[in-house]
Amino acid sequence: MSAIHTLDVSGTAKTPFHRLVRVELRKSYDTRAGFWLLLSIALIVLAAEIIVLAVTTVQDEAIAFGDFIGVAAFLTSFLLPVLGIMVLTTEWSQRSAMVTFSLEPRRPLVIAAKALVGVLLTLATVAIAIGIGAVCTLLYRLIEGHADWTFGWPDMFAFLLTQVLAMLGGFALAALLLNTPAAIVAFFVYKWVLPPLFFAGAALMGWFDSLRPWIDFQSSQEAIWDWSSSGEDWAQLVVSGIVWLVIPLAIGIRRVLRAEVK
Amino acid sequence: MIEVQGLTRTYGTFTAVDNISFSCVPGTVTGFLGPNGAGKTTTMRVMVGLTPASSGKVTIGGHLYKDIPNPGRHVGVLLDASAQHAGRTGREILELGATTMGLPSSRVDEMLELVSLTPTEAKRRLRNYSLGMKQRLGIAHALLGDPSVLILDEPANGLDPAGIRWMRGLLKGYAERGGTVLLSSHLLHEVEQIADEMILIGNGKIVAQGDKKTLLAGAAAKGGGVHSYATALDNAALAAALTAKGITVAGAGDGLRIEAESVEVGRAALEAGVVLTDLRGGEGGLEDLFLELTAETQREAIS
Ligand SMILES: Nc1ncnc2c1ncn2[C@@H]1O[C@H](COP(=O)(O)OP(=O)(O)OP(=O)(O)O)[C@@H](O)[C@H]1O
Ligand SMILES: [Mg+2]
Repeated sequence: MSAIHTLDVSGTAKTPFHRLVRVELRKSYDTRAGFWLLLSIALIVLAAEIIVLAVTTVQDEAIAFGDFIGVAAFLTSFLLPVLGIMVLTTEWSQRSAMVTFSLEPRRPLVIAAKALVGVLLTLATVAIAIGIGAVCTLLYRLIEGHADWTFGWPDMFAFLLTQVLAMLGGFALAALLLNTPAAIVAFFVYKWVLPPLFFAGAALMGWFDSLRPWIDFQSSQEAIWDWSSSGEDWAQLVVSGIVWLVIPLAIGIRRVLRAEVK
Repeated sequence: MIEVQGLTRTYGTFTAVDNISFSCVPGTVTGFLGPNGAGKTTTMRVMVGLTPASSGKVTIGGHLYKDIPNPGRHVGVLLDASAQHAGRTGREILELGATTMGLPSSRVDEMLELVSLTPTEAKRRLRNYSLGMKQRLGIAHALLGDPSVLILDEPANGLDPAGIRWMRGLLKGYAERGGTVLLSSHLLHEVEQIADEMILIGNGKIVAQGDKKTLLAGAAAKGGGVHSYATALDNAALAAALTAKGITVAGAGDGLRIEAESVEVGRAALEAGVVLTDLRGGEGGLEDLFLELTAETQREAIS
């Protein structure tokens, strides 16, 4: 082949990862659907905290900073997985993956950038939730004349880590199914249907009772909140994490890498 | 520049692309022609790594597409103009492309201007774009990174006549500056006006390739025959003069269909002193060839 027929690519740098992250971050809010999802997460947390604040002050009940965070954590633990799902599946349902992967054929990097965007948005959500919680505690103090600021670093860390894990759970299911409704249904089965089944199974079958902690990712996350000192608790967290995060992610990524992008 | 080597793609037992090889050279426009389902899109998708090849390979400038760093800067791709998030504005779609490629957003304005999308149109969401506007946006996206190779699947799809003429000029100029262009179509007359080289594909196989002359010569050799159409003030006199030369003539509409090149007809008219009002070479030769070569794959029987 003559020189004129070769393409000189020596002067072109590979697309840096931070640029992929920036593009993926922008994609998460530049459509109405994305924008409203993010805004609703913030608004739902805000609305819930205001209700809690109103109820506790009206009834003169005691409430701590940590309780406000607990309310937020309960809500975001199923809003963030939906975010994790949307970050990934939108490309498939809208078929823009064709363009994304022709501009960056190194598909694992694109998926990593999307996962990182999910983590960044989770961090932002956690920060906003803590901010709203602090304001509510402050308001409680103004109204009731006293406040309980109990919320230590371990709690903060646990809040953050559990939310990141929740988001990644959605992301993993999304990678596995590559379809928004299917991934959301699968997530809610995991979130609401599986725990009672686990509970019933453990009550009825002795062998399952001892197996359950190793495969129940949701209950094994208690170790994070309790800052457990038992090595077994953490081992159970890791093992159940492999079952619910690592395996679906690995299968899903393998699928994305081989898939014909239509 | 684009080298397709023994490319095959099968889906189960069905062979969509069957051991095809061809190359596209810098400075030329290559037309990729074939009826519906011939395998054009599949071939182009393999070129950019969106569909894995079953066997064979495609290199662009000696590289596999996936090995080209920041490929948007080297290869402009338009496969499906509607494969974008319907909720993004046209401008935002180009901005995302430009950011990925590391280009300033002034490049977005240049491209919008190039494809004649107004600032108001660029602010509209893709779901509200007309077919031709989507196509223009897709062309703008392919040209963003100022690539030296263009791979365009049916770029004229949905463009109005002025748009098609504009695109023809654009691609011709692009090739003249040394670019390599591969474009697909199922409309022969759309491609023959810009393509230096044509590749005819049917049922996943290449049935003919070469420039227009070679293809026409091939058609003539196959018995398709060279012919032309002429209308004269006195058709009967022209027909008599041609018949005297041993040339077959038949009536066609207001004029005559003559089994000879147009130069022969002109000469005969001059000698016979007949005034010609219309004389055309039989462009249909290529059309016939195309239909004939792809006959088995055509959905409609050719009359
Ligand atoms: N994923 C797939 N599974 C099965 N068959 C497929 C798949 N993708 C493409 N094909 C088949 O491969 C053949 C070639 O399709 P292709 O899209 O390449 O045709 P084309 O030449 O681009 O046609 P058109 O001019 O209509 O765009 C078709 O018969 C198509 O149905
Ligand atoms: Mg096609």
